[in-house]
Amino acid sequence: MAEHQTFEHDVIVIGAGGAGLRAAIEAASTGASVGLICKSLLGKAHTVMAEGGVAAALANADERDNWKVHFADTMRGGQYLNVWRMAQVHAQEAPDRVRELEGWGALMDRTPDGRINQRNFGGHAYPRLAHVGDRTGLEMIRTLQDHGIHEGLDVHMEVTVTKLLMDGDRCAGAFAYDRDKGRLMVFKAKAVIMATGGIGRAFLVTSNSWEYTGDGHALAYEAGAELVDMEFVQFHPTGMVWPPSVRGILVTEGVRGEGGILTNSEGKRFMFDDIPPLYQSSTADTPEEGWRYVIGDRDARRPPELLTRDHVARKIVKEVKEGRGSPHGGVFLDIAWIKEHIKDSEAHIKKKLPSMYHQFKELAGIDITKEPMEVGPTTHYVMGGIRVEADSQMATTVPGLFAAGECAGGMHGANRLGGNSLSDLLVFGKRAGEYAARYAADHSAVSVGDDQIDLAAQEALAPLERDPGADVGPYRLQYELQALMQDKAGIAREEDGLTEALDEIQKLKERARAMGAGGSREYNPGWHTTLDLASLLTVSEAVVLAARERKESRGAHSRIDHLEKKPEWATFNHVLKKGSDGEMEVRREEIPAMPQDLKDIIEEQG
Amino acid sequence: MAMTTFKVWRGDTDNGALETYEVEVEQGYVVLDAIHRIQAEQAHDMAVRWNCKAGKCGSCSAEVNGSPKLMCMTRIEDLPADQPITVEPMRAFPLLKDLVTDVSWNYEVKASIARFAPRKPDNDDGSWTMDQYDVERPQEFRKCIECFLCQDVCHVLRDHHLHDKFAGPRHFVYVANMEMNPIDTGDRVAELREELGIGLCNITKCCTTVCPEGITITDNAIIPLKERVVDRSYDPLAKLIGMVTGNGGD
Repeated sequence: MAEHQTFEHDVIVIGAGGAGLRAAIEAASTGASVGLICKSLLGKAHTVMAEGGVAAALANADERDNWKVHFADTMRGGQYLNVWRMAQVHAQEAPDRVRELEGWGALMDRTPDGRINQRNFGGHAYPRLAHVGDRTGLEMIRTLQDHGIHEGLDVHMEVTVTKLLMDGDRCAGAFAYDRDKGRLMVFKAKAVIMATGGIGRAFLVTSNSWEYTGDGHALAYEAGAELVDMEFVQFHPTGMVWPPSVRGILVTEGVRGEGGILTNSEGKRFMFDDIPPLYQSSTADTPEEGWRYVIGDRDARRPPELLTRDHVARKIVKEVKEGRGSPHGGVFLDIAWIKEHIKDSEAHIKKKLPSMYHQFKELAGIDITKEPMEVGPTTHYVMGGIRVEADSQMATTVPGLFAAGECAGGMHGANRLGGNSLSDLLVFGKRAGEYAARYAADHSAVSVGDDQIDLAAQEALAPLERDPGADVGPYRLQYELQALMQDKAGIAREEDGLTEALDEIQKLKERARAMGAGGSREYNPGWHTTLDLASLLTVSEAVVLAARERKESRGAHSRIDHLEKKPEWATFNHVLKKGSDGEMEVRREEIPAMPQDLKDIIEEQG
Repeated sequence: MAMTTFKVWRGDTDNGALETYEVEVEQGYVVLDAIHRIQAEQAHDMAVRWNCKAGKCGSCSAEVNGSPKLMCMTRIEDLPADQPITVEPMRAFPLLKDLVTDVSWNYEVKASIARFAPRKPDNDDGSWTMDQYDVERPQEFRKCIECFLCQDVCHVLRDHHLHDKFAGPRHFVYVANMEMNPIDTGDRVAELREELGIGLCNITKCCTTVCPEGITITDNAIIPLKERVVDRSYDPLAKLIGMVTGNGGD
């Protein structure tokens, strides 16, 4: 058998961003032995990049807020494809999850009377995002990290999982290697929590870090799990567009929450055109009303810049396409203009948006307190993910496998509201940890056959044995996939392009299977990238297949050959699963009827 | 676009040298872009740590032209154009390979420090009431992205290798964040003096100079902590009171 080290735990957590850390903390609190596996160093995961805030109906900034309004906002934002039970649990539990962070050392910005302050964000009826300037994600991950290191977790840093191990139908652990020396590792566990985040590196322009290669989605899929809603990939409306090397880096929605406006090359605030019917009654008629909303006038309605991300992104693309874009192919986002209303606006902007000030100053040479930024859409988040049971977060078809955070699907439907990802990972991270620990306590030890381990070892080491000079190399192949997905499966899709993309993905798969990495097992990013390619190709196929099936435009999914939203398509989700022939299959899964009390809430909230 | 010469450290502790690469540099490139290009086109196995490429995760720390920097925030056009750009790993930590060092010591030190210890919640919903003015001071320390550049430049670690006696600026910032948190009840003064060795810092402010987050490490974190240690340990009156009451002193 291939040489390897073996680690045994009650629960292993794969991924150490917000969801993984929160899950690990919860599982450990029950007395379970917990192994936490992270692809990077601890505390570096993509959660650090979340900026604007964490959504929770604390009702500190506006006492009219409560979980029911948050629930209704989330469902409306998701175009009613959300798993309503997840949206309900999320809205109900988010406030407690945010408050407990301060007991672990977090320090959020305050209201004048000393409570956690909250800011406006797109699609949220009231100021709802608890925040620390524009570095909320860093605050959260560091808080969870600094708490977690005292909770008895066994942390395995810079370790990549390449395969889930099975005991019959039950998930029984994971096969992995360490980046440092390339040593092979076997983790045996009674329960496995997937918390690997998203898939953004499948696209060329993305706000996501290198780790976002869809590992969790792909590993779970290969182990027999279902993926849901994979056609819904969120393109955040405001990424940097210039200079080219920083293209895609996120510009927080908090800029618009603090009064930032979008304008085109003619200086027009184009967002006032084409307000979607679902939001007409809650959107300001004039810039003056919009500003009053920003400064807290409770009779004023939201400025159109705070409409949902799918709509804002589409509007920006339209301006650029019709020739009214900024010099580098975006539009203008202007926060400097608030000097018309605020004395000492320069200090105000630096206080509220310090990272944005720093980011534009350092990387683009732009002073955002004086000049507008240039922004355009960037791949940001995948609503789709591993299909789980709403309360327990256990995968629907793989006992012992749980998922939380971005790699789990269902919570956000067709479009996620800003701020709901950080609350999602806290609420469902905790739940996954709790239920996984309970599952582990109720079930016997696992057994993993040597043949599985041998096969996994062989697959992991194969790229090092192949000829590295036979193709363009792993990085260039990843680039080809990213260009393909950006072009054919990006913000505007159509049938022929998606079909072509499926063919191309098959060809790329063959090339990836033959790809040689070169170099040794010691800290070799070429080898790591070659292995990541398999996950990226699986999730890309899932996105394209589901997108081709959904012949309408809804939420983040836009079809230029089916521009309208069709009511009959609001009744089901797309579920993907590996068929008995090894090919990916897509089917429609009807959305279960919502209980009357939740229907009433949606009715009441309008 | 201009061709630029890079000299990048390749190898491990036993065997290594600066190797020369010619790279096509595009507008707005940061050093990490050039390293990625070398990886993609010339050296697939070049080891480098990075995550966000946006100055938020603190992974891509290295020494660029001899200065501790985040590679993702160092623009090539800000470096002298008439000489090759050298990129080397941090020197205060053991080298693993190429630009990657073993920073695990930092994680061990942090785990050894007495954890955050909040008072009971002020309110029935489990929340605490804190003034913005009071949270702003520790919020500065919470901006730390754990890039460990301050540790890299600190001469106590870099030149004198006192890793077993001295926790380094990063961890004084970490302690300051807890000590100045309005709801913390912990007391880490003895620990600062003994295990963490704060007395070894002679406030040359090198750490503050290299901090990519602009944290005023020396003035706002280390000096106030040193004052607490001095007040507790060396103020004769406080010492006497402590001995009589059984509090403080040590």
